Amino acid sequence: MLLSDLLHETYSAVAVNKARSGLTILGIVIGIASVVALTAIGQGVQATIQSSIQGIGSNLLIVTPGAPRGVGQEVSAGRGNAQTLKLDDAAAIGQLDGIKAVASEVTRSYQITAKGTNTNTRVDGTVPEYLTVRNVEVAEGSFIDEGQVTSLAKVAVIGPTTRDDLFGVGSTDAIGSVLRINKIEFKIIGVTKAKGGSGFSNQDDVVFIPITTAQRFLSGNVYVNTVSVSVADASGMTAAQQAVTQLLLDRHHIGDPLLADFSVMNQSDIVAAATSVTSTFTILLASIAGISLLVGGIGIMNMMLTNVTERTREIGLRKAIGAERKDISRQFLAEAVMLTFLGGGIGVALGWLIAWATTKFASIAAQVTLPSVALAFGVSAGIGILFGWYPARQASSLNPIEALRYE
Amino acid sequence: MIELANVEKIYKNGDAETRVLKNISFKVNDGDFVAIMGPSGSGKSTLMHIIGALDRPTSGSYVLDGRDVSKLSDDELALVRRDRLGFIFQAFNLLPRATVLRNVSLPLVYAEVPAEERDRRAGDALRAAGLPEDRWNHLSNQLSGGQMQRVAIARALVNNPAIILADEPTGNLDTKTGELVLHTFQRLNQEQKRTIILITHEPYVAEHADRIISVRDGEIVEDKHNGNKRVVNDHSHAAI
Repeated sequence: MLLSDLLHETYSAVAVNKARSGLTILGIVIGIASVVALTAIGQGVQATIQSSIQGIGSNLLIVTPGAPRGVGQEVSAGRGNAQTLKLDDAAAIGQLDGIKAVASEVTRSYQITAKGTNTNTRVDGTVPEYLTVRNVEVAEGSFIDEGQVTSLAKVAVIGPTTRDDLFGVGSTDAIGSVLRINKIEFKIIGVTKAKGGSGFSNQDDVVFIPITTAQRFLSGNVYVNTVSVSVADASGMTAAQQAVTQLLLDRHHIGDPLLADFSVMNQSDIVAAATSVTSTFTILLASIAGISLLVGGIGIMNMMLTNVTERTREIGLRKAIGAERKDISRQFLAEAVMLTFLGGGIGVALGWLIAWATTKFASIAAQVTLPSVALAFGVSAGIGILFGWYPARQASSLNPIEALRYE
Repeated sequence: MIELANVEKIYKNGDAETRVLKNISFKVNDGDFVAIMGPSGSGKSTLMHIIGALDRPTSGSYVLDGRDVSKLSDDELALVRRDRLGFIFQAFNLLPRATVLRNVSLPLVYAEVPAEERDRRAGDALRAAGLPEDRWNHLSNQLSGGQMQRVAIARALVNNPAIILADEPTGNLDTKTGELVLHTFQRLNQEQKRTIILITHEPYVAEHADRIISVRDGEIVEDKHNGNKRVVNDHSHAAI
């Protein structure tokens, strides 16, 4: 049978029973649409998490103090609470090869007041390099400079959320105003650009002040909470991580790396951990969707078997006038594949629509990727062949005499 | 030309064996018009299935145009049916939602004949079968019984077969329409020298053929030239 005739026969067979074909296709549509939409949402979530981790800064190592230990080194309190890192440590890290910039921070939350309003937010004592290391940009005014760090200036740069909270949404007269942290007055010299919430912490709800000012007037000691290290080259991350670890072990006179009083986190480790979580999540969603696809496939098989029974006489006639087994099996297989292809096409469109709606209304940037569409299409054609194969075989192996006699 | 020699057909059902055909031998020459007649249960349908290459004999040989087709595989038999045989059934067996032209050209679809040539040959066959041209694009389920059987005759002619096999072709038709169909067979036999084998249980129908082979209990009981051939007067085709 020529291909054009095969398509003609297939089309007329599918078109004859529109309601039944439509309902069968619906099963595949739902299956494919949920595969496409759910993988798109899963990948969207993954991309969102990754970009918010990348948004912290690129090629970042984060050094935090370890857990404070008692005398016998047996009792261990919470990690990050120890006071072991100093500005000198940060300066020494900055001298290492392959390090682009280093920014120390002293961070704590305070109640902040300004002109009769107040808010509770994170006060981040830091240095000018923070801009480079953490990908922060200034929208208005300027960031803390070197001189202000040296002179312990009482100046503050605020995040857009903090500005909104203290001075009203989109206020432009924040610069030059005064805010109070712990009853100490700070003059606002700049507002940073919005980075967007990352889900875990709002990077826009923050007050930056010079680190020296924070140490002298707020924390009252010489320690720092976090040292962020920006590595010049992504390929040098592991080497830099080892170098920083070794340097600090030496500086702190610790022989056994297991007893280190600090920890160095690699940003790519965080990304990898988050990616593996979201990948698992995506696979879970896709397998649930896969089940509905399987059910749709069984629907196809059911309909095709009914079809074969109903058209037994027709099959007998076709065989009597010269159709070979392969002609009959191809015809029924083509019907099943056409049904799944129609279902696959509509399903991809519907999945796309769901992904689009999710992006629009649920603020998850769902990503419909070409591989997922190709996979969905491939799977739908595969299901057509898989579930069409058995009915097609049944049809082609009918005995023409029996089939012609069938009532 | 077909030649059957010592054809037997035995159906096995568990231990029980049924000998449906016993030692059947006969020959049909090109251009013959033969009726195979017998009551139901005589084995004539089984005989037709073997002549029609729908089934294989248990033993014996069946030579169709010089080729023994009694040992061929299912698919090889399908090709024999496609290229050498034309079938006409009691129940017409047309595809209900396809046009007349599509129904007639269906054997050519399986022979992979290009569409244009198919339509031309289907048209020739429909003209030979006497179906008016204004019906050609109708769906087959919009036709009368007589018209449907003409479409079936055209379908049997379209591949230019060695033999046309008609299994109770008038069984579903009234007497008058049945006569017109039988007349069509006579005309095709005379004008186009078509070889026709007519299977029937009615002596009246069989008497339209030149030769009558009577089958009973799986055996040929009589094989005679039909001296009293009924000749149907040439009715106009429009009567159908």
